[in-house]
Formats: sequence, C-alpha cells, structure tokens
Amino acid sequence: MWRDNLRGIYYIVLKDMRTYYLKPPSVSWGILFPTAWILAFYLRNPLSFQELVPGLIAMTILFSTTAAEAVVINLELKLGTLERLLLAPISLPTVLLGKVLGGAIFGLIMTVIVTTCSVVFLGLPVNVLYLILIIIPSLLAFSSLGALLCVLVKEVFEAQTLLNFPRFLMIFLCGIVYPVSAMPEGLQYIAYTMPLTYTVDGLRYSFLMFSGTTIITDSLVLTGFFILFILLAIKLLHKRFK
Amino acid sequence: MSNDVVIQVSDLTKFYGKILAVDHIKFEVKKGEIFGLLGPNGAGKTTTIRMLTGLSEPTEGKASILGFDINSEIVEAKRHIGVVPETSNLYDELSSVDNLLFMAKLYGVPRAQRRKRAEELLKTFRLYERKDSQFHTLSRGMKRALTIAAALIHDPEILFLDEPTVGLDVVAARSLRNLIANLRQQGITILLTTHYLEEADLLCDRVAILVKGRIVKVDTPRVLKTTAEEESVIEISIDGDVSKLVEDLTDRLPRVKIVAVDRNKVRIYGGILNDVYDKVFRLARDKDIVIRSVNSIKPSLEDAFIKITGLSPTVMAIEKGGR
Repeated sequence: MWRDNLRGIYYIVLKDMRTYYLKPPSVSWGILFPTAWILAFYLRNPLSFQELVPGLIAMTILFSTTAAEAVVINLELKLGTLERLLLAPISLPTVLLGKVLGGAIFGLIMTVIVTTCSVVFLGLPVNVLYLILIIIPSLLAFSSLGALLCVLVKEVFEAQTLLNFPRFLMIFLCGIVYPVSAMPEGLQYIAYTMPLTYTVDGLRYSFLMFSGTTIITDSLVLTGFFILFILLAIKLLHKRFK
Repeated sequence: MSNDVVIQVSDLTKFYGKILAVDHIKFEVKKGEIFGLLGPNGAGKTTTIRMLTGLSEPTEGKASILGFDINSEIVEAKRHIGVVPETSNLYDELSSVDNLLFMAKLYGVPRAQRRKRAEELLKTFRLYERKDSQFHTLSRGMKRALTIAAALIHDPEILFLDEPTVGLDVVAARSLRNLIANLRQQGITILLTTHYLEEADLLCDRVAILVKGRIVKVDTPRVLKTTAEEESVIEISIDGDVSKLVEDLTDRLPRVKIVAVDRNKVRIYGGILNDVYDKVFRLARDKDIVIRSVNSIKPSLEDAFIKITGLSPTVMAIEKGGR
C-alpha cells in the first residue's frame, strides 16, 4: 500500500513538472516576479539592499509555490483529471501530497536560483544548513496553503483571488519590507500567526542577521503550519468526494 | 457470494443532503457478463458507479467487488477495476501514448510491459496513427476510445463504463459499441450505464432498470421484451402534431397506455385490438385527422421500458453533455 502511494506521489510530481511547472509561463512568472521586486528595491536603495535579501527570498518561496499550484489543482478539479487520479489504487492524501510536492519542488528550483544569485553577486555570508532548515518547511507550508485555499473554491480565478489575500497581507505584515519588531504591538501578534514571518526570520538567521527567534523554532513552526494546512486540505478534498 | 458473482450490491443508498439519489438498490453482476444500468438522466446510475468505484461514499448499504468491501477495501478493489467516467478526463497536454503510459505508471504496470501494452491498446482502439497527438486534438469519439483504453491499461477484470457513447455521432457510437462487445469476448466483466435503450439492448446480457434511484426490474433484454409482448402495441403516424390525438384517445380509451413517440407518431399499448382500431378510425373521421400509417409492431426494449416504468421515451432522449 505505502509503495503504491509513494509511486503515485513520484509520478504525479513528474507529470505535473512536465505538463505545468516547466512550461515557459510558469518559469517566466517564477523568475520575472522576484527579479522585478529585487530590481525595484535595489534601485531604490542599493546601499541597504542586503537587508532586504531574506524578505525577497521569502517572497520568491511564497509566490513560486502558490502561483502555478492554484491553477493546477483547480483546473484538474474542474476538468475531472484529479478524479481520474483518484480512480487509481492510491489514496486521496497521496494525490494531494503529489500536487503539493510538485508546487514545492518548482518553488525550490526558483528559490535556489534567486538565493544563489543573491549570495554570489552580493557576497553575503550564509549558513547553508540553516537555509535548508528554513526553505524546505517553508516551501511545504506555502504549497499546502495554496492547496488548502484551492480546494475551498470551485473556479481557478476564485482560487487566485482567495490566494492574493493572505499573500499580500503577509508581504506587508511579515517583515519583508518593514521589521516585525518595529511594528505596533497589535500587528506583531497578527504577524506571528502567519507562516511568512517565520520564513523571513529564519532566513535572516541563516544570513547571520538579527532575528527574533531561533532557527529551530522557525523551522518547527513552519513544519506545524505545513501539517495543519495539508490536513485541512485533505479533509476538505475528502468532503468534496463524500 | 457464489463464485461467479464479481459485483454484489446490497441496499446501497446515497443521499446528497436531503435528496435521495440512490435508494436501497440490490443487484449482482456475474463474471464475464455485460450488465447495464438503464434509466433516464437523474435516475442514480452515475451515483451508483461513483460509489462502486470509490469516488463517493455510500450513505447506507454494502457492496463488494471481487470480494473486496467498497467501504473498507476500496484501494485493493481499484487494482482490479478499470473506470471510464462520463467525461473523457485524460490530460489534454499529454499525447495519446503518454496518457496511457502515465496511467500505467499510476497502476504499477511493470516498466517492461508499459509501452508494449499501451501500443497494443492504441492498435486495438484504432488510435495508433494518433499516438503522438495531444489528447485535446482528438475527436470526441477518439477521446472516448482513448479513455476506455486508459481504463484497460492495467488489464482489469471488471470495467465500469459510464454512458460510454454519450455525445458521439452515430458512426463513432457504433464503432465504440463493437469495441465494447469485443471486450466481453476477452473475458472482461462490464458494468455500464446508459440512457440509450438501443445500446442496452445491443450490448447487455442483463439490464437493471433504474428510476428515481430505485431498481424497478432486473432481467435480460429478451425477457424484458417478452413482458411487453403480452399486450398489443399499435403505432399510428399522422399528418400534423399528435398531442391533441393523444389527449382525445386517452379520453376514448381509458384503460390503455398512449404515448407520443415523436411529433407525428403515437403508440398505443394494450387494449382489445378491434376496439382500439375502431376508436382510432372513428376519432380520425370525427376530427379530420389524416392517418399516414397504422402498424401492429413487435415490442422493443423501449416498449418494455415504457410498460415497466410508465415513463415516456422522450424522458430517455434528454441528452447529457459529453466531452
């Protein structure tokens, strides 16, 4: 049984990579969007740009995992191809995990490109092990958040709209452009309920900058968000096929 | 469960909220037969297939496929079944052969056999020339054929076909029916749903007639037709619309069933022949109706269906959208 499920996850990821993620629109969106943000911030203030790198990598993680995935899951639900996957001898969580991992792997590719460029061109000191400890659970958490919001709605455009709300809220509240510690106390409480805060904090820690909590705390909280989002998404998807 | 029963359904029931879609249905499907669920749209055919294939949970009742309980062992059951849903739902972006290979991988077909099996199926379904064409470029009939091929990639013992020919033109539908008939010769048990009476008659060894979620009759098409043979069936064609004729005849022949077959044709089921002919001709004379033809006809499955369910054949003619 577990072998069937592992095989299912593997082939779903491979198929999604081929049919959705490694297509020009996804790749160009995944590269162009963070590049545009990086250039915008760099041109505004080249001297303090290094401070913004963790936030920009966090944004790359957030957008590259959720942008294509929202389309993939809703489109497949609408066309019935997700149902086709469920007819195979694999479980429903397997199908969803396959979809989430597809988004996470695509996000990983984009994040590695942006991070490598930042480190090489800016000569930033970095702890690679810490980076891995933060990037992996972040990718999984945001990919499963995308899956959760997708299964809440029926149409592709509804999923994109619904996803924009937490995405843009997190950009402003989670320390990407403005440190959480400098925010009013009320907003800080809100910021700490959002996964991107822990991603930004963990990335700052990895780049040997000031951070609010330890790398282990950030990593564990992000893993917790991943488990919470994926379990809720499985429950909601299961309800659709009840 | 006897050895030759491969699907056993007992009191299977499905509620969607307060709507009862399937109401305590019971039937058995024997190894190697083509069993049809026949009924109008909304009768509960697709819901039944969805429950049996693990896409929907039954509210009540039990069913087993090859001895595997659908409530607790559905994943195991899925290894032995192929499913062709009502919508041809393969991947538009993948070619015919890649769609089959992807399904083969999901079902765990050994690597060495995948391509061979996929190519065999493409040849059987006359799609080999289009093996590199993306799914979205295929005609509706080809998409349907490829969806059936995909359901057969892991060599299943049982095939579920939900409205296999819906939305196809006459030629494509006939070709697909031939292919389905050939599958039986390969020993595959088939459970199909259809709202085409002719299809059920041509393909099925046994038919369960489903109306409003309940099975009203299960038997062979031949026995079902015999049910209708017990009474006379007269078909009258007239110039003009038959609706008024149906109304007037219903008044004059209260104990017979009068059904409009199409705009100009009406069928009269039962009654004493002399009396029926007499009243029809008298009515035609009184109302200046021009009769084109009067035939005493051999009952079809459609006549049996009308007799058993009391439904008009126009209910069965309401099409579902196919892809």
